[in-house]
Amino acid sequence: MELPVLNNTASEAAKGGCSERSCGSTDDQMNHLPDSIRDKVKNHPCYSEEAHHYFARMHVAVAPACNIQCNYCNRKYDCSNESRPGVVSEVLNPVQAVKKVMAVAATIPQMTVLGIAGPGDALANPQRTFDTFRMLNEQAPDIKLCVSTNGLALPENVEEMCQYNIDHVTITINCVDPDVGAKIYPWIFWNNKRIKGREGAAILIAQQQKGLEMLVAKGVLVKVNSVMIPGVNDKHLEEVSRIVKAKGAFLHNVMPLISEEEHGTFYGLTGQRGPTNEELQELQDSCAGDMNMMRHCRQCRADAVGLLGEDRGAEFTLDKIEEMDIDYAEAMKMRAEVHAAINEELESKHKAKETKLVSIEGLKKEVTRPVLMAVATKGGGVINEHFGHAGEFLIYEASSNGVRFIGHRKTTPYCEGGDTCGDGESALDVTIRELSGCEVVLCSKVGYEPWGPLEAAGIQPNGEHAMEAIEDAVLAVYEEMRAAGKLEAKADTAQKAA
Amino acid sequence: MAFEIIESCTNCYACEPLCPSKAIYEAKPHFLIDADKCTECAGDFEEPQCASICPIEGAILNEDGVELNPPGSLTGIPPEKLAA
Repeated sequence: MELPVLNNTASEAAKGGCSERSCGSTDDQMNHLPDSIRDKVKNHPCYSEEAHHYFARMHVAVAPACNIQCNYCNRKYDCSNESRPGVVSEVLNPVQAVKKVMAVAATIPQMTVLGIAGPGDALANPQRTFDTFRMLNEQAPDIKLCVSTNGLALPENVEEMCQYNIDHVTITINCVDPDVGAKIYPWIFWNNKRIKGREGAAILIAQQQKGLEMLVAKGVLVKVNSVMIPGVNDKHLEEVSRIVKAKGAFLHNVMPLISEEEHGTFYGLTGQRGPTNEELQELQDSCAGDMNMMRHCRQCRADAVGLLGEDRGAEFTLDKIEEMDIDYAEAMKMRAEVHAAINEELESKHKAKETKLVSIEGLKKEVTRPVLMAVATKGGGVINEHFGHAGEFLIYEASSNGVRFIGHRKTTPYCEGGDTCGDGESALDVTIRELSGCEVVLCSKVGYEPWGPLEAAGIQPNGEHAMEAIEDAVLAVYEEMRAAGKLEAKADTAQKAA
Repeated sequence: MAFEIIESCTNCYACEPLCPSKAIYEAKPHFLIDADKCTECAGDFEEPQCASICPIEGAILNEDGVELNPPGSLTGIPPEKLAA
């Protein structure tokens, strides 16, 4: 299989502004890919922005050992109330993991993908990881298998990974410069020794790059994750993005550093801050001139279950799955029907969109300023969540080029339901702060109470597009703003001239 | 001559497959080292393997009860910040 030849020279022209490839509707970034790759990612929630509204994923925590230390990780951590990478409540052995995967697959038929992502490094535990994959290949062949790794042990494991039909691999690459690496990785374990500082980082970087090249040569789809650490690697990540793209990585996921003091990490305890929403978006946009950027990552736990952004892990604890009796042959038939129905829905949406694009092409409109809108959704690609129940908002940018997905912002639901909102007032303040920069919030319903404060903050609440497709609704509201003359007031003069 | 794993062990399995003497075994509430088997890797490796991969400062002691990875030696976190 041939991976797309990704142009490595577009960077200068595209820097800063809204590059051609990252504009338009969010699945446009997939449209230039060969059919073979689109087929591979169309039902993978972590590789396709569109798929993540419909398909679910799960991780099993079978791989607790790690062969490196990162400054954003605390190896002592275990908490069921925390949602972030590296955290789990229960480490499973491979037999338990397989049982859990089949229980989830039978209960949540939209679950298409099983990943092993720690809580340590999947390939620092090759036996446990590969035992799990081998059994799943035999017992649940309709599930896609993925691995997430720091890359140190990748080259020696590529051959075996390919035997288990693993066709999606994520490598976390935070740097390509050992001097930067020395500020991120205090040590690695390599050739029976703990190697500290720059020397360790240099080995890790070389292994990551070699592993990436080997996977691409084998036709495996590679996503690169990078943690954005302001003042450490933020400027450097544009170069990382260019290099991994040139080597054939298919998608780049720049994630914000999580460094709360109570997490007890080096960065948390030494006051290293994470990026703001705006800084993250700016970096993602400047990398996007070169690369497909993933913007829908929820930085989920190493034992997460469900759609991205939700975690149904509590339904599948060891004692609960022990009581489930799964007929997988039967489940597989039901799953195939569910997947076919979703694919049919997506196909018809694509067709409808193509028709619409043709009609839009006809009326070239004047350039108007871009507007950010927040959307409350429970999945399915439609606006179907109440403002007060939303634990996160998806952020879309509408402009004269169309609608594009920007990212998501987490919050505490303003009202956990019913009439007992308690300290809902302060939760609303948090939400309003998280939605900074947005001019509209679209949801299935907005209560009377939050309406005033939202308007006062310059965010227009809008409940008129309930159950409509997100991108259609965003575009419709943008058109209303255009008709009302609201798109000219703050117009960027430079953009108008262009 | 033997090392000891103590209660701060997080059961990450990293050390177990590395032990050249097969002295490390899974146990509750945490992994343990069979003192009769442990050679501290003498003759096999320059550096003791369990202590070279263990991510938890203070989790492995030598026969004098001294921490092989003292506070701050692996994470770089100043010990006074850890205590706080």
